[in-house]
Amino acid sequence: MRTLLRSAIAVMAASAAPTAPAADRETVLVAAASDLRFALEGTAAAFAAQQPRYEIKASYGASGSLLAQIENGAPFDLFLSADIGYARRLVEHGQAEADTLFVYARGHLVLWVPARSPLAALCGPEAVLRDPGARTIAIANPEHAPYGRAAVAALRSLGVDSTERGRLVLGENVAQAAQFVESGAADVGLISLSLALAPPMKERGRFWEIPQYAYPPIEQGGVVPTSGRNSAGGRTFAAWLASDAGHAVLERFGFTRVQAEHP
Amino acid sequence: MRIDWNAVMLTCRLALVATAALIVIGLPLAHWLATTRRGARALVEALVALPLVLPPTVLGLYLLLLLGPRSPIGRGYALLRGHGLAFSFEGLVVASVLYSLPFTVQPFTAALRSVDPALIEASWCLGVSRWATFWRLMVPLAWPGLLAGVVLTFAHTLGEFGVVLMVGGNVPGETRTVSIAIYDAVQSLDYASAAWTSLGLVLISFIVLSLMYVLQQRVRVVSQWATRS
Repeated sequence: MRTLLRSAIAVMAASAAPTAPAADRETVLVAAASDLRFALEGTAAAFAAQQPRYEIKASYGASGSLLAQIENGAPFDLFLSADIGYARRLVEHGQAEADTLFVYARGHLVLWVPARSPLAALCGPEAVLRDPGARTIAIANPEHAPYGRAAVAALRSLGVDSTERGRLVLGENVAQAAQFVESGAADVGLISLSLALAPPMKERGRFWEIPQYAYPPIEQGGVVPTSGRNSAGGRTFAAWLASDAGHAVLERFGFTRVQAEHP
Repeated sequence: MRIDWNAVMLTCRLALVATAALIVIGLPLAHWLATTRRGARALVEALVALPLVLPPTVLGLYLLLLLGPRSPIGRGYALLRGHGLAFSFEGLVVASVLYSLPFTVQPFTAALRSVDPALIEASWCLGVSRWATFWRLMVPLAWPGLLAGVVLTFAHTLGEFGVVLMVGGNVPGETRTVSIAIYDAVQSLDYASAAWTSLGLVLISFIVLSLMYVLQQRVRVVSQWATRS
């Protein structure tokens, strides 16, 4: 028993030591909107190839939830929101560095159905949404997810009645909404183009873009919070994302570049 | 398929640290609960049992407010350590200690209560101090129940989710525990990783619980043998 205790204490002591960073690489912790879930992996890989000093570690969630975490002191070095409004709010509250606020892309909303669904044979988003087979619609929670708000606006302007009880299935964020429809728990999903183009979703379904007039533009913006431990790393990655090289990767995931306007 | 070994290590570390802290906190608290006759005992027992019935979100919210940068505790800690308690490993330890408190204190109290009071009083009458009576009489006699408390605490901390999500967020290497990694993998549509990691958690929990029951059985056999001879 005593040796068992002693070894348990030894294990505890060893594991309590901070994990050594892999060969002097600086970690950059990024709080990223869920629509970036697959796109950011590609972006981070391209960035790491050019700047091997940094290692990007991402944490995904609804932009509103991530904002709440950062406001409560979560140690993120860069906040990539799906709605620049959230990033701006951090600046207004003095919790982010004002000169780092930037727009990195415009996002797009799509209607996604599983490939095995009979709805996949229809000819457009309006037809699908009016089909009786599209009973449940997965969207992100509009309370704190920008794509959820875009989805609600799109349903309204396409004249789809979403007030009926049980029609909308809310994911905590847009990736969870995508998972709901991908798993068949919901009939159709209103998700981001970036998720629809990501390999696991692309192979398993069909999607149509929702016309831009149907919902307000999704301006995605980022900022470097003051609570981070590696703000310099956050700035470097932000600058790279805004560069041509960063945009080239983002464009592969369906994001469009927004011409530099003053945010 | 990728199993997040960082998350596995972090979860083990969290469970070990939280269990150690809970043994230190739980033993005196359980001893008091098992021996006191004060009216306040019922209230303290109710307080200890609260995390069993409260939704993790309620506990998580209060902890977030308590540990966050707007509370004196959070600010004081930030002054000392340079970073806040919320969304840090230390914050998770505090959260786990509160969340797993009933899993330690309830079995501990039951185990200590099961010790024959006549033996305890005999020990006191023989001039053995309360401290020595506790360590040399009560703890050895209550050993199987105490072990159950330790194992339940460890296993419960391994699988905690809601409180961790609220207080810890999902910071890789800092607060991303196994249960959060599973949730994350599902959202990445990476069902294979989620399923394998879940299976690992099921197996570890099963092994830990089996070990406890085997040990308890052996302790019981040994003590029966000892009383017979």
